[in-house]
Amino acid sequence: MLRQIEGSRAVAETVALCRPEVVCAYPISPQTHIIEAIGAMVKAGTLAPCEFINVESEFAAMSVSIGASAAGARSYTATASQGLLFMIEAVYNAAGLGLPIVMTLANRAIGAPINIWNDHSDAMAVRDSGWIQLFAETNQEAADLHVQAFRLAEELSVPVMVCMDGFILTHAVEGVDMLDQSVVDAFLPRYEPRQVLDPDDPVSIGAMVGPEAFEEVRYLAHLRQLDALERIPSIAAEFAEVTGRQSGGLVRSYRTEDAETVVVALGSVLGTIKDAVDLRRDAGERVGVVGITSFRPFPGEAVRDALAGARRVVVIEKAFSVGFGGVLSADVALAMDGADCTLRSVIAGLGGRAITRRSLEELLGDAARDQLEPLTFLDLDHGAVDRERARMTSTRRSGPSAENLLRDLGTERSIQMKDRS
Amino acid sequence: MTSQPVRFYQVGSFAVGNRLLDDDARTVQSDSNRTNSIDSGHRACQGCGEALGARYALDAAMRASQGQLVAVNATGCLEVFSTPYPETSWRIPWLHSLFGNAPAVATGVAAAMRVKGRTDVRVVAQAGDGGTVDIGFGCLSGMFERNDDVLFICYDNEGYMNTGVQRSAATPPAARTATTDVVGPEPGNVFGQGKNLPRIAMAHDIPYVATATVADLHDLEQKVERAMEIRGARYLHVLVPCPLGWGSASNDTIHVARLAKETGLFPVFEAENGVVTAVSKIRHLAPVEDYLSIQRRYAHLFGKHPRTDIVARIQAIADQNIARYGLLGDESEDETKWVEA
Repeated sequence: MLRQIEGSRAVAETVALCRPEVVCAYPISPQTHIIEAIGAMVKAGTLAPCEFINVESEFAAMSVSIGASAAGARSYTATASQGLLFMIEAVYNAAGLGLPIVMTLANRAIGAPINIWNDHSDAMAVRDSGWIQLFAETNQEAADLHVQAFRLAEELSVPVMVCMDGFILTHAVEGVDMLDQSVVDAFLPRYEPRQVLDPDDPVSIGAMVGPEAFEEVRYLAHLRQLDALERIPSIAAEFAEVTGRQSGGLVRSYRTEDAETVVVALGSVLGTIKDAVDLRRDAGERVGVVGITSFRPFPGEAVRDALAGARRVVVIEKAFSVGFGGVLSADVALAMDGADCTLRSVIAGLGGRAITRRSLEELLGDAARDQLEPLTFLDLDHGAVDRERARMTSTRRSGPSAENLLRDLGTERSIQMKDRS
Repeated sequence: MTSQPVRFYQVGSFAVGNRLLDDDARTVQSDSNRTNSIDSGHRACQGCGEALGARYALDAAMRASQGQLVAVNATGCLEVFSTPYPETSWRIPWLHSLFGNAPAVATGVAAAMRVKGRTDVRVVAQAGDGGTVDIGFGCLSGMFERNDDVLFICYDNEGYMNTGVQRSAATPPAARTATTDVVGPEPGNVFGQGKNLPRIAMAHDIPYVATATVADLHDLEQKVERAMEIRGARYLHVLVPCPLGWGSASNDTIHVARLAKETGLFPVFEAENGVVTAVSKIRHLAPVEDYLSIQRRYAHLFGKHPRTDIVARIQAIADQNIARYGLLGDESEDETKWVEA
């Protein structure tokens, strides 16, 4: 049923349709509306049987999920940003133990400086953890991905993280076609754990493993992710058969036929990029876009196929590895190894900075004219950076940079205001 | 008939042999049908107090739950010595996740059992003092506050023994560890405020808190059984001497544990809903020197240049415990339950 609904609410109600048995909650913006809604459903008895546990930290949230999952319960939690980092030890542990926990990540920047707005730094910080990471482009996809995530996680005994852009998706109200319980029930079979804490059949889980087997255990985890490369598209296809909707999968192309310049990105920014691509197409430029839904496992072959024929690949990403550059860019570069194309990396939208259609249009123009540097920071205020660099050069105790920048920007604004008045 | 003839040891300690008791008052360990929850063949050091404590506690918990038990284990000696791949000593379902999250993992197991209608399955979480008072403290307090149906057992050997005897918040004053060297004017660990987890647990008003030592295994079993009669968050703090870390003789583990109690340094008591309900009285009051002098971690307090000043400060701690918990007096008041049974 099509409803005007907030992204968080759509996810919460869809997760409830998946009949989670244990849900852990520790609040962090912008994930809060999801767990609030699930908590209310459990309290009202509309989601039952389900244990909703308010814990004292994200570390506990993931740890409770680990215990519940190992005891055979379908387990769900949600977090963002600092919360993900606070639970990171348990995030790795859940993957290492092969526990099919599903977690929503309401993508948000990581401090310092503290910032509650959207980027993908949090997801990138755990890209090597062994979790499957799926990125939603829209609220519809965010909701749908959760149903697929439980199916995928439990089939493969691998935890799955559904990444949705904080605020941009979580707090946006738009039309979402909500699934019926019967559809979800038919799509998502009962959870049959591969390993379970059962007094009638005792096993030890989480034993010490030395060099004699550690590499094999890790390699098995890698193989399960490779299996996921097969299962993600087939589960998405099955989902499409039942619902008539294209949600999930590995990658999705938009107007890439005959495209010379192809943009690659993750998440909700794909919408704005498509608008910019449409405008450039109207102006006669051969541009297209490839959205990556499955960031881990990374679908190298599918990416290479989707980018076949492109002369220029522009990766736009909302995170970067400080001292190196784009994280996604490096993966794309490896996938395109040997291909006859140039790759440009664009860091954009950090800490919630709006990625505007106008900026993207200019960027695409620069790309088409081969004027992009290998690494570009979109809409970076070079003046503000230069002024802080100058302060640092002239004064030893120049003070905290973030605060200096804010003061500087405030001064600039007031000068502009004065000039205007 | 599950009992077997049990040898009687007279050790001058008032310990009573099972032989003198009725069948139903005998220890779980004396029962040939005991579970052997943690089986022999593990790699604990000779004289390990933790292995002994865990064996008694878990077998008692298994009997109390009619075999429907799941154990969650923090990282530490117990986890390492019991499960080097491909071996495991655990005959019960057992899960190890991380160092600092055993209470939360146990909460998750208990929640899963509740949601599946398996409330007959009981959950025990266990950790050393590091996994309890230090790195696991946040999760433990959360588990207490929510009153989750978990029995948490801390095997306290007063330091990070698995990593090579470093200081924890449970390390006593003046004790030598690898990170509290015996140099300078105040050798060994500092005289800090201490971090008394049983009292912190009581401050959460959870239904049951108890302390025990491996010197009185009847008492330990009885406390586990009492804990298993109760639903909600329960905390059992067991003092388990570590011959390696304490520098005590392997065959002195029970003796050292008994002296910890008999000096007043380790009060043995029970509390329900935040109120002390029973204390184990000191039977033969001993000065702290008796306890300290048989452990090499305190060797710097004795010998050529004895530090009587430091020993006096430790004695003051024992005296404070004796006064606070009323550890002196007629023992029949508090500790005759199993003898009468």
